[in-house]
Amino acid sequence: METGTSRVKRGMAEMQKGGVIMDVMNAEQAKIAEAAGATAVMALERVPSDIRAAGGVARMADPTIVEEVMKVVSIPVMAKARIGHFVEAKVLESMGVDYIDESEVLTPADEVFHIDKQLFTIPFVCGAKDLGEALRRIQEGASMLRTKGEPGTGNIVEAVRHLRLINGQIRKVQNLSKDELYHEAKTLGVAYELLLGVHETGKLPVVNFAAGGVATPSDAALMMHLGADGVFVGSGIFKSDSPEKFARAIVEATTHYEDYQLIAEVSKNLGTPMKGIEISKLHVSERMQDRGL
Amino acid sequence: MNIGVLALQGAVAEHIRSIKLAGGEAVAVKRTEQLEELDGIIIPGGESTTIGKLMHKYGFMDALRDFSAQGKPIFGTCAGLIVLAERIEGQEQAHLQLMDMTVARNAFGRQRESFETDLEVAGIEERVRAVFIRAPLIKAVGDSVQVLSVYNGEIVTARQGHLLACSYHPELTDDYRLHAYFLDMAKEAAAAKIG
Repeated sequence: METGTSRVKRGMAEMQKGGVIMDVMNAEQAKIAEAAGATAVMALERVPSDIRAAGGVARMADPTIVEEVMKVVSIPVMAKARIGHFVEAKVLESMGVDYIDESEVLTPADEVFHIDKQLFTIPFVCGAKDLGEALRRIQEGASMLRTKGEPGTGNIVEAVRHLRLINGQIRKVQNLSKDELYHEAKTLGVAYELLLGVHETGKLPVVNFAAGGVATPSDAALMMHLGADGVFVGSGIFKSDSPEKFARAIVEATTHYEDYQLIAEVSKNLGTPMKGIEISKLHVSERMQDRGL
Repeated sequence: MNIGVLALQGAVAEHIRSIKLAGGEAVAVKRTEQLEELDGIIIPGGESTTIGKLMHKYGFMDALRDFSAQGKPIFGTCAGLIVLAERIEGQEQAHLQLMDMTVARNAFGRQRESFETDLEVAGIEERVRAVFIRAPLIKAVGDSVQVLSVYNGEIVTARQGHLLACSYHPELTDDYRLHAYFLDMAKEAAAAKIG
């Protein structure tokens, strides 16, 4: 009997496919998310848009919040640790959190090194905006990836850019000859063996979800069309007018992303989605996607 | 044999791959109209609460009970096992309620307790590599249910006529013998119908 094998950790992410993982800030929101059909919840102290508004250093959530959420739902509970902050990650693991997001939404604790995720029994999800980042995170032991997007903006453009870029890079790698692969591995800053895997299979060895800017059911469906395995919704749900309805609508649009009549139906009278931010209005220092490369 | 994989949420592609490796045809099923074409269906692993809600929403509860009443085989893995069960511990409402068994969700604990191991399964010659992820257990079964494997004294694989269920994920390994076993069940059911 073996725990924490790469198959067990990656498999856990496979079971989330086609699902929606929702940010929640307390037990009540967690129950709403579960009732709406979320496949997991991310327990946080503040959603990304509030982190943006508050400024200052964003850290791992208060363990009380995480514990409360774990108590009230039977679906998996995820929580965020700062990039490179392996102690926050160990603390979350000791509490029995099911998945850790080593997240650029929080203020990085290390400007060079990510957490050595292979040392953990529980799996990690990490953000990536290109193939190099994706494979470097997998090399460090990430069992699941997500686009970085630009969290807390309610603007899907960056998540679209990241997913299209990664998929385009994968197609390019598939067509490289072996000697070109050596060079490409060097250019991307990744291990040759990992890149060879992508060359042979035409896909990443772990699931890749959309995240960062999903604000409507159509946004979720768009990301599924572009090849995302599922969707993270952060500020989008509990910053909307009617979170319950909104959450259900996003779940349905993710399952039936090719059924436009259904998406039209679930999108009716949802009220105002979160306000959203134009990306070019962000100051360079406010761009979360540039953290942890 | 044409096998459907219920594709509302969960590990669908892996089951399709395993069925194809075992020599069957496989298709993702999102609408009840698709059931007519099928010789059997797999309810995959995923989150049982999510899958259950979406099944309700899109009419799969009645449609799959009808499918089962025609004697067509259903195979539930992990969350799929929970969906098939007549009783779920600690919950008033179960889902399809087709298999005469009581199941416990997340019976081994949280994700850090998830594991893989070699498992003996009746009807399959050598041991199967079984991947348990936040897996459920079968706590009790009725007389018509045949226990196919046991782990640490608890039931993890069971069959009731044309219904098959396991706690773990055969679709996450390259071993497709359980899928071949299910294909045989579908062939028997199809033959019985013609006969």
